[in-house]
Formats: sequence, C-alpha cells, structure tokens
Amino acid sequence: MATDALTRRTVLAAGVAAMVTGAPGLLVPARAQGLAPTPSMRGGSNNYQPGASIVERIGGGGFWMSGTVRRAGDGAPIPGQRIQVWAHTTEGRERDPHSHGATLTDADGTFRLEMPQIVPTFGQPHGHLAYDSGDFETVFLRPVMRSAEQTSLRADFVLRPA
Amino acid sequence: MNEQGRRRVPGSVIWAALLIAVAVPIAAAAFSPQLAWRDPVYIGAGFAGVVAMSLLLLQPLLAGGYLPDLSVRRARRIHRWVGAGLVTAVVIHVGGLWVTSPPDVLDALLFRAPTFFSVWGVVAMWAVFGAALFALLLRRIRLKWWAWRLGHTSLAAITVVGSVVHAVLIEGTMETVTKVLLCALVLALTAKVLVDLRVWTTETRRKRKV
Repeated sequence: MATDALTRRTVLAAGVAAMVTGAPGLLVPARAQGLAPTPSMRGGSNNYQPGASIVERIGGGGFWMSGTVRRAGDGAPIPGQRIQVWAHTTEGRERDPHSHGATLTDADGTFRLEMPQIVPTFGQPHGHLAYDSGDFETVFLRPVMRSAEQTSLRADFVLRPA
Repeated sequence: MNEQGRRRVPGSVIWAALLIAVAVPIAAAAFSPQLAWRDPVYIGAGFAGVVAMSLLLLQPLLAGGYLPDLSVRRARRIHRWVGAGLVTAVVIHVGGLWVTSPPDVLDALLFRAPTFFSVWGVVAMWAVFGAALFALLLRRIRLKWWAWRLGHTSLAAITVVGSVVHAVLIEGTMETVTKVLLCALVLALTAKVLVDLRVWTTETRRKRKV
C-alpha cells in the first residue's frame, strides 16, 4: 500500500512538474513563431467535393463570402491561393455540385466570392470553405452566420506550409 | 385532483385544446419559408421531428390519465401506440437527415458535430429507444413495478428534456413562438405527471398492475 501511494505521489509530482516546466517550454517557441495556423473546424469538410472549379460567382449570387489567407508565423498575405466554397443556399443543397465553387486570393491575400443566399440547414445557417491545394496544410472551415438574414460571411485562413 | 379537474373543465374543451396544441405548431411549420429550399426527404425528416414533439405532448397526458373519457387501461394502450409512433418518427427523422447529409448525421451520432443541439437530440434519441425497450420488456423482465416505472420515466424525462433543448436551439422549420410554447407545454406536463405519479416512491398507488 505504502509503495502504491508513493508511486502515485511520485507520478503526480512528476506530472505537475512537467506541467509547470514543460508548458512554458512549449509556449515559447509558439510565441516566437508568431501567427498560429488556423485549425480545421468540426464538420468543416462535410459534403466537400474536391476540385471545385474557379468561377466568377456561384449561381445567381447576392451573397458574399470573403476572407483572407495568410501564412502562419509572419502573417504574410498569400496571393493566388485557391479557396473552395460551398453551402446550402436558396439554389441548392450542400451536396449539389452547382452549390460548389472556388476563387483565388488577390495580391493582398484577400478573397471574395459571390454566391446565392445561404439558408439554414441542419439547424444553423453556415458556410463551408476549404484550402486544399497542397502547398500548405489542408484546412476546412465552417463559419456560422449570426443571423439567417445576413448577406455575407467571413472566414480567415492562416496556413502552415505542408 | 384529476377528478376535480375533470369536473371543472368539460371534456370537449380539453380535447379541443389538445388538438390545437398539436395542430398549430405543425401547421406553422408547414408555412416555413425554409421549405422552399429543401427537397422532399429533408422536409419529411424535419416534419417527423415536429410530429415527434407533438407525440411527446400526448405521452404524459396518457400516462397520467389526464384525458377525459378514457379509461386507465385504454389510455395505457394508446400510450404504447403513441410510444411506437414516437420511435418511428425519430427513426424517420434521423433516417431522412442521413439521406440528406450523411456526414452531418454521422458527426451527430458520434458526438463530434460542431452543433451543440445535436448532442441533446442524440441523447434524447437513445433515451426514447431505451424507454420503448423498457415498455417492451415490461412483462419479460422481473423488475419490481416501481423499479420498472422509475427506469421508464427516467428515460422519458431525459427524452423530453433532450428533445426540448434540441428543438429550441435549432434554427429549423418550426415557427419560434409555437415551438417554444409546445416545448414549454411538453416540459410542464411531463413534470406534472412525474410529480402526480410520485415516480420516485416504491409504493404503488393502485394495488394491482394495469
């Protein structure tokens, strides 16, 4: 029993020591790296279809999806990156190929794609975005609109080189 | 208490009120602008959910014997049929959503969806399946009556709370006011029957099992 307790105490002490000394140790290089990469959101890749083509706009338009693409670390804007967008809209379901489209980021790393009005599906009005061109690690985003009345939605990417 | 209540309010009024409570939320959902952007399977799945909530309203009324002109035995029998309907509605709801968007339903079932309300929905689903299983096993398992009732009503209570939170948090086809009123009614009646039947006690109110 005594050995048991001792072992447990040792393990606990070691754990606490590791947390105290290890956590700042981990944080320092992260801080040195600067801007952290955007993690993929839960459910972000749902109904994703690879290879959506670059379009002027998706369907009839009327709703704007926009955002920025920057590099992890120094936060430099990344031009010419392909961002795919899809959502449940007034013109189709997430799974419909015509609900999907892609655009490229400008010189300042921003993108803007017109698409049909997003309407609530599966309980929330939300959109999907993907970066999956390979130069950087793949990221799937699923931003939610504060209100179904909104006519625009924003999503920002911070990418880490693959 | 029930006897007095029955004498005060004519039976026809209670039945009419029940009909309104069930029909109005369904009718209001039928006018949802969101239906225009959905295909038939998704619409069916949504309405199965609305119907399930309406059936949840009937269950405490039947279990508590609050409905006029129904014998306890008859009310119990209808309670079982409504329970079967409830399970069917939930299966159609989840099945229809699966057909509409498999990854979203898979995420919900695995408790990894980004939507908080889906957790409540999935918990309510398992609870209603459990409550139905308890009902099916009533004569097959050797449980004390009070233990059986406590198990069944606990699962029923989880079903109700889970379903109500699920529905209230969702931005779906249900119209907000009718949705909240129906949910409040379901919660209140469930609480009432649990208290009236004193489900936590080991005594039986009626000497014989029905």
